[in-house]
Amino acid sequence: MWEYTKKLKDLFLHPKNVGEIENPDAVGEVGSIICGDALRLTLKVDKDTNRIIDAKFQTFGCASAIASSSALTEIIKGKTLDEALEVTNQDIAEYLGGLPKEKMHCSVMGREAMEAAIADYKGEITPPEEKEKLVCQCFEVTEEKIRRVAIENHLTTVEEITNYTKAGGGCGSCIPQIEEILKDIWHIKMPEMPAVKKKLTNLQKIALIQDIIEKEIRPRLQADGGDIELIDIDGNTVVIAMRAMCVECPMGGVTVNNIQEKLRELVDENIVVETG
Amino acid sequence: MKPIYFDNNATTPIAPEVLDEMLPYLRDFYGNPSSMHTFGGQLHRKIEDARAKVAELIGADPEEIIFTSCGTESDNTALMSAVESYPHKRHVITTRVEHPAVLNFCKHLLKKGYRITFISVDNSGRLDMDAFLKAIDDDTAVVSVMYANNETGVIFPIPAIGGILRERNILFHTDAVQAAGKIPVNVKDLPVDMLSISGHKLHAPKGVGALYVRKGARFYPYIIGGHQERGRRAGTENTASIIALGKSCESAREHLDKEADYLKRLRDRLEGALLKLCPDAQINGDVKNRLPNTANISFNYVEGEAILLRLDEYNICASSGSACTSGSLEPSHVLRAMGIPYTAIHGSIRFSLSRYNTEDEVDKVIEVMPEIIRELRTLSPYGKG
Repeated sequence: MWEYTKKLKDLFLHPKNVGEIENPDAVGEVGSIICGDALRLTLKVDKDTNRIIDAKFQTFGCASAIASSSALTEIIKGKTLDEALEVTNQDIAEYLGGLPKEKMHCSVMGREAMEAAIADYKGEITPPEEKEKLVCQCFEVTEEKIRRVAIENHLTTVEEITNYTKAGGGCGSCIPQIEEILKDIWHIKMPEMPAVKKKLTNLQKIALIQDIIEKEIRPRLQADGGDIELIDIDGNTVVIAMRAMCVECPMGGVTVNNIQEKLRELVDENIVVETG
Repeated sequence: MKPIYFDNNATTPIAPEVLDEMLPYLRDFYGNPSSMHTFGGQLHRKIEDARAKVAELIGADPEEIIFTSCGTESDNTALMSAVESYPHKRHVITTRVEHPAVLNFCKHLLKKGYRITFISVDNSGRLDMDAFLKAIDDDTAVVSVMYANNETGVIFPIPAIGGILRERNILFHTDAVQAAGKIPVNVKDLPVDMLSISGHKLHAPKGVGALYVRKGARFYPYIIGGHQERGRRAGTENTASIIALGKSCESAREHLDKEADYLKRLRDRLEGALLKLCPDAQINGDVKNRLPNTANISFNYVEGEAILLRLDEYNICASSGSACTSGSLEPSHVLRAMGIPYTAIHGSIRFSLSRYNTEDEVDKVIEVMPEIIRELRTLSPYGKG
């Protein structure tokens, strides 16, 4: 039994904006009955202001798919197309008071339908032959989608990717590929972090180190069953403690070196990492 | 409000007489049956009484019954015992529609280097006997085929399969968790070597099961430790639950014929009305050969979890083979193996009845279901509502 919020249940039992707009200005269709959920979104758009005057949905799917679709229509009604494009799957989940993590893909589907509808309005339909190759054959998930959802939602494990996109949730044969994509994302994303090594105050330096350890280093270690804890920062000396699998890992020394490299690259070239 | 409980293939309520029978052994008689003193030692007799009652339900000798902790343990024990007992044989045959207790254990064996043949079924859920015959070879250690399927209720040709295997001297296990207590199962007439039973599927509590092992069949224990169950299943006996299982088997045997007729009548009433009142609905499984209590109906173009949550508003309990309810993202492996189209799998609902259900409860479902389906179809882009 899923733990659904009261808001979600209400919207499932009494969904708003059900149906199809006659002569819609935009149509967005995502999912398929084979995958287990599908959403058809129709919009009425004011041509002068580019504002969404009306939005209706039809959804084949579970309670959270229906509620997510209904939430989407409620959120985007009255917004301009540009404003609507800023709506994230997290916004949909928040509107519902949260979704069970295994059901986050329902909110992603809502966002995708809206993007498809807006692309349709603008006449930007991607011909199917230009679609990138699929990673997950079972649920027809592309690499582009995995990358985007991973970055937007800070996903670092295959399980999270499956919860958000369904990729890897069928036969499982694409799991190694998803692992590679994740490694690649969080590796190539590193240099995008604050690469400018301007003079930092002590406080800024501490905050930056904490941030890098929390957002970049720990998720990667945790993906392999390891972990570290930040114990202290004293000038350029960063003291960490090995946790979980890292404690007994023979590669511990390598890990410490890697963390030091990363912090030298992103914060200060004089940083020394020690285990406490 | 008392739920309208149509999910008895998932679990059943404990029968009142079963609860009465077991309570003193939770409250007062807490002794260890292995003890020398009378207070504990007297429980040994009670366990043997229970063993005799379980044996009687399936026509076995009491010494052929081993108590376990659940149906899954019985299944795992049977398969593990078979491969341990015949270490030179590296092939196992089972079906694509088994319960995960067998299916995933076989997949585990596959990883260990065993060759596994998963036999297919046709679109009524009937076993492909030709494929089965072709799969048997001298390397086959054990064959495991369920007695009746938990999702569709389809009954497998256990006597025919067992007959073939006995000639070839190959161990045969059947998971009878759904069949025992619902239809007559008698090992005297059945060429099976091992048979699994689960307590909570026949009005005993959760956490107790039994494995029948034919006298003379090779056996190797799965849980190893003390001398309990004559060394075939270690661990201090779950006395109260074992006594409960004995009582529930006794009740099941007494009610068996009458109950099967009653359940069939209720089930057919439910099924007939729903098929008539809900367009684009179909029965999954071989209607000529299935358990009397199980109805598996697909309502095309709607999704099962949505149906279940609407039913939940009326406190009606059922289950579904849809992806969203399976705990994984894939819908029912049983309905997929049968080649049921996805449009129908996602909208499949299983109603499974017990002796405690009434005609009024059936009528309540008949009253609310058509409207639920109609409404959900208006929400669906595939709907014809």
